[in-house]
Amino acid sequence: MIEPSTIGDLNLDGDEEPYILRLFVTGASSNSIRAITNIKQICDTYLADRYSLEIVDVHQQKQIAEQEQIIALPMLIKYSPLPRRRLIGDMSDTQHVLTGLGL
Amino acid sequence: MSLNSSKQIKSSLPSLLKSPTGIPGLDEITGGGLPKGRPTLICGGTGCGKTLFSIEFIVRGAIEFNEPGVFMAFEEKTEELAANVASLGFDLDQLQKDERIKLDYVHIDRNEIEETGEYDLEGLFIRLGYAIDSIGAKRVVLDTIENLFANLNNEGILRSEIRRLFNWLKEKGVTTIITGEKGEGTLTRNGLEEYVSDCVILLDHRINNQISTRLLRIVKYRGSAHGTNEYPFLIDEDGLSVLPVTSLTLDHAVTTERISSGIPSLDKMLEGKGFYRGSSILVSGTAGTGKTSIAGSFAQATCQRGERCIYFAFEESPNQIVRNMRSIGFDLQVHIDAGLLQFHASRPTLNGLEMHLVTIHKLIREFKPQVVVVDPITNLITVGSISEVRSMLMRLIDFLQAEQITVVFTALSMNTVVGEQTDEGVSSLVDAWLLVRDIESNGERNRGMYIMKSRGMKHSNQVREFVITNEGLELVDVYLGAEGVLIGSAREAQQLQEATGVALRDHAVTRKDREVERKRLVLESKIASLREEFESVQEELNKAFVDEELRQAIMERNREQIIRNRHNDQ
Repeated sequence: MIEPSTIGDLNLDGDEEPYILRLFVTGASSNSIRAITNIKQICDTYLADRYSLEIVDVHQQKQIAEQEQIIALPMLIKYSPLPRRRLIGDMSDTQHVLTGLGL
Repeated sequence: MSLNSSKQIKSSLPSLLKSPTGIPGLDEITGGGLPKGRPTLICGGTGCGKTLFSIEFIVRGAIEFNEPGVFMAFEEKTEELAANVASLGFDLDQLQKDERIKLDYVHIDRNEIEETGEYDLEGLFIRLGYAIDSIGAKRVVLDTIENLFANLNNEGILRSEIRRLFNWLKEKGVTTIITGEKGEGTLTRNGLEEYVSDCVILLDHRINNQISTRLLRIVKYRGSAHGTNEYPFLIDEDGLSVLPVTSLTLDHAVTTERISSGIPSLDKMLEGKGFYRGSSILVSGTAGTGKTSIAGSFAQATCQRGERCIYFAFEESPNQIVRNMRSIGFDLQVHIDAGLLQFHASRPTLNGLEMHLVTIHKLIREFKPQVVVVDPITNLITVGSISEVRSMLMRLIDFLQAEQITVVFTALSMNTVVGEQTDEGVSSLVDAWLLVRDIESNGERNRGMYIMKSRGMKHSNQVREFVITNEGLELVDVYLGAEGVLIGSAREAQQLQEATGVALRDHAVTRKDREVERKRLVLESKIASLREEFESVQEELNKAFVDEELRQAIMERNREQIIRNRHNDQ
């Protein structure tokens, strides 16, 4: 399942940097589906309009696993703002997700 | 969980199929290699050689057995790995370019990671699966997957995922090595051994008396017979090599060819032909009895025949030996320059016995000598017990005999009682045993040599006096006389005395000869004068006879005249 980037209207004139996120999942596994649902919800709640989220199915682009040092899935990589963070799991632990995103 | 790539029919591999490692010695112990298509656990402490073992498995697999391999490193970066094994002559970069191996460095930084719920290691599966499929790998190494435990918190997930990973690898039919760090009381820190049931190899690095020995043991090998001993192994510039403690068979080829010992009089004691080629010779004796000189003369004779010789010196430096041998008329430097003679000198304490053995193996393989000298074996005792030295020498002899190489060991005995354990118990292993002994009498020390044993040939049972001269070594018959065995100056005195006797007798004989000659001359002159006398007598006699005839004839004539005259008168 490929979800093209769900780009909200990026608020580029704000003080805060936009959040660039990429979620790696594996097909339609239950963890993947839960992760997608959960992260969307969190982003919409806490980062409305200032994030971009790309969802990548690793099964479709296997070589990306090595490029992005992927072991555990699902995994969300926060590229920006720095520091770069990796969040693994189905994003059900909202508190940890927020910590990981630096919120 | 969708694992399309692994949905294959379970390969029905016979349990005995093996994947050779190409590591010298290991395939011999395991009867052919690691179980094919199954995971093998290599465990051991830090620095015991796990990573090297596994990289060698991959590289040799790719080069020697045409089985591409994937090396997944969880600890070392691929560049570091490539640099580390470059010294072994493995060009990982080139092999990667040729798609014969694939290195993948898995980097997980605990500080970067936030765990937010349920997850699995599907990423690892995809990554590994992709690597395997991209080069058609038959071999996989995971070095060391335990690193995951340090970086991910959810142990429950890790365990079930690792179990799933091993099953998945088996289904893919790849021969896998999983390395694991030794834990407290367990083979691996995180209990990986419970997932790997086919083959477990334990590497150990032990220090005894400040000398390190690496040991390898096969803890388990399901469905296969295997050696159960601890096997010493070495890591040197050619990688790993395992030494089977004993070779299982005694079936070396033998030859009846004989080679000279370099001491003609010693050869004479051995049916006049010397030792068998490929035999092992032990020269033992107390200090200063000339053991090294005998070994040197053997080396000299070898090189003079145009054959090659390696001299392993554990006591003296090559220069020292060359100088000392020159004093008894052997110029070894010439042979060194000609490339026929090689010295390898090292202190026994330089490394453990096994390392010595492997060094010897390696040099012999490279130099391919016909004769090997080990001088002396006794010094090795400083780095091992008698039984260890004995086992090492036994393996060395096995190896040399298999290669048809003649070997000369020298051994220092601490006392002169024959049969005590002064020869490291190797006397039963060797084919020939020369004993050089000090014989002290009449205020001087002499050397006596005899042949304790020499398998397969008649040999002299005599004690010979062993003399070292400026021109080499010589064995002199000891003097057996009424006063017993005489040696040294006593022998020389006896010989002088005998020489005097001979001169005197010679003198007496000549005098008698002259007298006889004189008598003969006298007699001969007498004979001559008698013959003269006889001739004159004979002449005299002859003369009388002629006179008588003449007179007779005249008288006859006269009488006839008278008769005639008388008739005329009538």
